[in-house]
Amino acid sequence: MLEEKMRQELNERARAIRENVVRMIGVGKAGHIGGSCSMAEITAVLYFYKMRHDPKNPRMRDRDRFILSKGHAALVQYAALMECGYFDKESSIRTLKCLGSSLQGHPDMRKLPGIEANTGSLGQGVSLASGMAAGLRLNGIDAKVYVAVGDGELAEGQIWEALLSAAKFRLDNLRVIIDRNGLQATGRTEERFPIGSIEEKLRAFGLETITADGHDVGALAAAFDRADEIKGKPTAIVADTVKGKGIPFAEGEAGYHNKALTQEQYEEALSALKKGGIA
Amino acid sequence: MNIHNQRSEYGKALVELGEENPDIVVLEADLGRSTMSCMFEERFPGRYFEMGIAEQNMTSFAGGLALTGKIAFTNTFAVFAAGRAYDQIRQSIATAELNVKIAGSSSGLSDFGDGATHQAVDDVALMSAVPNMTVFTPCDGPEVRMAVRAAAAVEGPCYIRLSRNDVADVFPAGAQYRIGEPVVLREGEDVAVFTHGILAQEALKAALEAGREGISVSVIHVPTVKPLNENAVKALVSGKKGVVVCEECSIRGGLGMLVSYILRGSALPVECVAVMDVFGQSAGSHEELLACYGLDSAGILKKIMKIMQEA
Repeated sequence: MLEEKMRQELNERARAIRENVVRMIGVGKAGHIGGSCSMAEITAVLYFYKMRHDPKNPRMRDRDRFILSKGHAALVQYAALMECGYFDKESSIRTLKCLGSSLQGHPDMRKLPGIEANTGSLGQGVSLASGMAAGLRLNGIDAKVYVAVGDGELAEGQIWEALLSAAKFRLDNLRVIIDRNGLQATGRTEERFPIGSIEEKLRAFGLETITADGHDVGALAAAFDRADEIKGKPTAIVADTVKGKGIPFAEGEAGYHNKALTQEQYEEALSALKKGGIA
Repeated sequence: MNIHNQRSEYGKALVELGEENPDIVVLEADLGRSTMSCMFEERFPGRYFEMGIAEQNMTSFAGGLALTGKIAFTNTFAVFAAGRAYDQIRQSIATAELNVKIAGSSSGLSDFGDGATHQAVDDVALMSAVPNMTVFTPCDGPEVRMAVRAAAAVEGPCYIRLSRNDVADVFPAGAQYRIGEPVVLREGEDVAVFTHGILAQEALKAALEAGREGISVSVIHVPTVKPLNENAVKALVSGKKGVVVCEECSIRGGLGMLVSYILRGSALPVECVAVMDVFGQSAGSHEELLACYGLDSAGILKKIMKIMQEA
């Protein structure tokens, strides 16, 4: 159980992360706001509760790693990293996707501290994370690798290849997070390309599988803690989320998968996020 | 003349590297007995990853290993290495300049029996098109060992193109092996023949034949199609009547087009021996296929004679 103080801190971090996301997009610039906001609590819990990492030493040998397989949600990772202090928030927050900026449209490890791998072509993050988990084990480093995948992204066959290999190599230092927001770019995942029971599939592929409310920081923290006790196989955390969570007009709307905000929407979003966060 | 097999020399080279460097890891997509990665498996089972018949995962997984400081060698047939896993090479590995070495086995038409689906005519073009990639094209068994060693020393992605069948040693003993630097296999005055991979042997035969007709031909091997020292190429053609470029891959995006580009603006005629934008097919031997597509010594000689007739 999270202490109340930690719960409040994580909720405040999630709020700040969403605020950073909205400020990065600003007005008139397209950005993947929906799939970023669905992951605010997940990234808050990872970066401010669960992961061993040091913003002042981004390449620390025994750090836990986080890979965003759904690289289009880069905004949420940038928002979390700037909140941690990996780089200066105020001088970079207006540079998203500008020529020469380290805040690329998709995460680029060569350009930004705290990014662990290059993602954007969907379906490759679990493979990268699995290889990393295997390499850490060979190096005798006791660190965890977290990788976040979208539910729409599960249509990519490579993910299932990767899950089979993670089970084969008994990568119990790997955590696969499914951001199940139920929406992909063109509509409801269950209508556009049905995936069925994600939990049943993951169990059949040999993963310990935990379902959690992806906007409940306590539930997420408990799920990540429980994963540490699973030995001999990788763990999946299926996080039920709402796309666009926290942005009133974008919640549950596939249309805000990748969209620019008007001045009015920008102000509405920021003012909704000022009300003390999401309970 | 000594004969070696590029695949078994590759397997030996991996084991040698493995002995020297504990960070060498090897991945395989169920073709280990053909690619000869099985030699590494036998010696270092703990650093060998059998990834199953799943080349895409193997390739990105290798990227993950590289991110923890490993030097990861992936193994499968060239056609799958460069084709099936192209996007993984591009996205997971090359954009981040990860230290992954992609060995493309049974390249070109060397898997003669298996037909078009197994014959990589497009791998050189695909791998050359990827920014940050070094493309190794060794001409014989001993050079494979040097290429593997050189690739391991490169900090970044490499593609190593390997042939299936036995080939004669032609890399000159004592010649310096350097990435990007062409190697002269034979001196000559009239025509310069550039080659990479196992067509060096055919080019040398053609040069010998031409010599009988009183034509003096130099044969130059390119150990890496990318990078290639352009000034060295220009120097090697100076004073010649023309240039022939021969390669066991598609004309599209191969060395022939690159040399033509390097020599743009010069008056030198350039002739190309390559697979002319077609897929391969099954045949009874590799030699039969080389002859069929005009890649054998007879085909090369024909281009040499054309240069001489038009000079």
